[in-house]
Amino acid sequence: MTATDLRRLRAGLAFTAPWIVGFAVFTLYPVVASLYFSFCDYSILQRPLWIGLENYRTLAGDDVFWISLRNTLWFAGAAVPLGTVTSLALALLLNQDVRGRAFFRTLFFLPSIVPLVASAMLWLWIFNGSSGLLNQVLAPVFALWGGAPPAWLGDPAWAKPALVLMSAWGAGHSMIIYLAGLQNVPRELYESADLDGAGAWSKFWHITLPVISPVIYFNVVMGIIGAMQVFTTAFVMTGGTDGNPARSTLFYALYLFSSAFYDLRMGYASAMAWILFLLIATLTWIATRVAARKVHYND
Amino acid sequence: MFVAQAEPVRITYWEKWAGFEAEAMRAVVDQFNTSQDRIVVDFVSISQIDRKLIVATAGGNPPDVAGIWFAQMSSFADRAALTPLDDFIRRDTGSEPTAWLDANYTPVFADMQRYRGRVFALISAPSTVALYWNKTAFREAGLDPEKPPRTLAELDAMSRQLTRRDPRTGALLATGFLPQEPGWFSYAYPAWFGGRLVDDDGRVALAGDPANLAAARWERGFPQTLGVDELKGFAGGFGSFASTQQAFFTGRVAMVFQGAWYDRFIARYAPGLDYGVAAWPEAAGREPGPPGQAFTVADADLLVIPRGAAHPEAAWEFIRYATSANLGATSRDELRGVELLCFGHQKPSPLKQWSPWFAANHPNPNIGVFRRLSESPRAWHVPKIGVWTEYLREYNAATQRLRLLLAEPDEAWDYVQRRVGASLERHERSVERQAGAAVAESSAAEPTEGAP
Repeated sequence: MTATDLRRLRAGLAFTAPWIVGFAVFTLYPVVASLYFSFCDYSILQRPLWIGLENYRTLAGDDVFWISLRNTLWFAGAAVPLGTVTSLALALLLNQDVRGRAFFRTLFFLPSIVPLVASAMLWLWIFNGSSGLLNQVLAPVFALWGGAPPAWLGDPAWAKPALVLMSAWGAGHSMIIYLAGLQNVPRELYESADLDGAGAWSKFWHITLPVISPVIYFNVVMGIIGAMQVFTTAFVMTGGTDGNPARSTLFYALYLFSSAFYDLRMGYASAMAWILFLLIATLTWIATRVAARKVHYND
Repeated sequence: MFVAQAEPVRITYWEKWAGFEAEAMRAVVDQFNTSQDRIVVDFVSISQIDRKLIVATAGGNPPDVAGIWFAQMSSFADRAALTPLDDFIRRDTGSEPTAWLDANYTPVFADMQRYRGRVFALISAPSTVALYWNKTAFREAGLDPEKPPRTLAELDAMSRQLTRRDPRTGALLATGFLPQEPGWFSYAYPAWFGGRLVDDDGRVALAGDPANLAAARWERGFPQTLGVDELKGFAGGFGSFASTQQAFFTGRVAMVFQGAWYDRFIARYAPGLDYGVAAWPEAAGREPGPPGQAFTVADADLLVIPRGAAHPEAAWEFIRYATSANLGATSRDELRGVELLCFGHQKPSPLKQWSPWFAANHPNPNIGVFRRLSESPRAWHVPKIGVWTEYLREYNAATQRLRLLLAEPDEAWDYVQRRVGASLERHERSVERQAGAAVAESSAAEPTEGAP
């Protein structure tokens, strides 16, 4: 290494040091420490005491852990496809050459920059069983069959679907990424398809989807990661970490949080965090394996 | 000759309350700060105090004094997060802590300040819970507005009479009582029925007890009578507690269990509401008696010195001031410490003796009911166990299943018993393990005999 290389290395390290130090102190150390704590009896208030696999063994027999996992997988299984379809559909519509396009793009993007807590408060009113906006609209429809609309957040059968519906509210963020992807689809592909007499559906299925498949892959993976960690909306809308009603909205992150900070079982919560990490890593790996066959990169 | 005056010790006090409750405590802090020149208390009203206190204590930088809930004391004490106050009490009062508590506090409040044979906290503001009834709703339903229910049977009968439905749709418009509205004290229903949540040995005792099962059957009776779906829609329309749309304020639910603080909420959100306050109706099969013999739920705000506090002596001096009273007070200006605080909170004092002026001029018109309830030998508080937060969560989840008719009473209570019982065993093992580690650590730190 020459003196110049060494000087450049030092300069590079000096410029990246703030990030490296921040990463090491605030991310790397907590992550490694949480792995150690997951094998410990640790309340945060006392020193961690090594107990081997006891936290993991207890988790295996913990009903509420399995309930929270099932609820979370259910939520992710519904919210990710719904979010993907909604945001892609919006992006396709807003990619058309229509009047006021910029206005509509802004309009549909706006909800995704509203703070989650504020959105949750708004949706609490929308889902209100007796006077909510949604049921005011649905009541006359249900009345045609002599029924009544669901109580949404008050009904264990409908509370999770309600949160899934609400999750589509934040589709604007993915929509913007899809829009960027759509604008990268080469026009000449559509022109040659037109010459071949392809219809709108054929062009979408054989040109648009393959070309934007890396974008879909990215959004789906990010969607899975986000959905597996769902917390804020459920915390605000369904009774803190209780997952009301009757634990129908008790998601994994809520149970992890209550174990750590209400029950003071930080070791147990750390074990949960590592299981969640492995689960998300597995789901991402599956998505990547599927993507290997279905995603087309422009290379 | 010039003598340099020593700088006063500054201590930090984190309090969980905001609003009028925080202002009442601020007045006590100001009074303490002006009463002497050795200690200055910096008062900070702080949200989510439990989590922040845990992190600050774990980090070795806690406040000197913290205001926590009674329900948190056992868990914090088991995790060695609190400084025991026994030595301070012995030194300053010349009495054993238990004897001193018994001599000065109403029995239920004296008991609440003891845990595992030690004192980890003193009460700043206590409360008891009573039945509030809406006299206007009683009148409209053809009931005597001056006669609240005295037994559970009367409560149920009046509740039925107070129930109104839309004549066209059959939808519920109002009812007399709902266990879940606002449901803050539903964990007390088994004890109200004569049962218990833990036995004398501190083990979970929810399942199998006939009284506990009777309480569960009673709760389950409401959706069975009124309809599960009707109740979902009805309860879904209630406004939040601190709003004009709260069910009691709008007359949709005519009777609720609430504490002494409720009077202030009524004055703010439903001024002019015609209401009364009475003891809990008798549910344990006894003859109804006066409030001084009735069941009630006792609760309290506590002052603690977190482990590792920088100035424990000064913290104790403030706590001692804030939890004592001037029993000879003859005006508001002469109220001191706990009486000044409880005057602002509109709550009863936890002390056996009240100053005549405090008792006669208390801003809560029903304070007499709450005082007599606190003196009742049947005043009940939540169990002092280290896993209470989990117990409460499991209990609430089980009662939701009862109210949705998703579980039978014995099934619901068996499930809670099994889960919380196992959790309590794990907790006790952990407490022993940590205590063993602490002993081993202190033994290792001591020099061995003959060592240089």
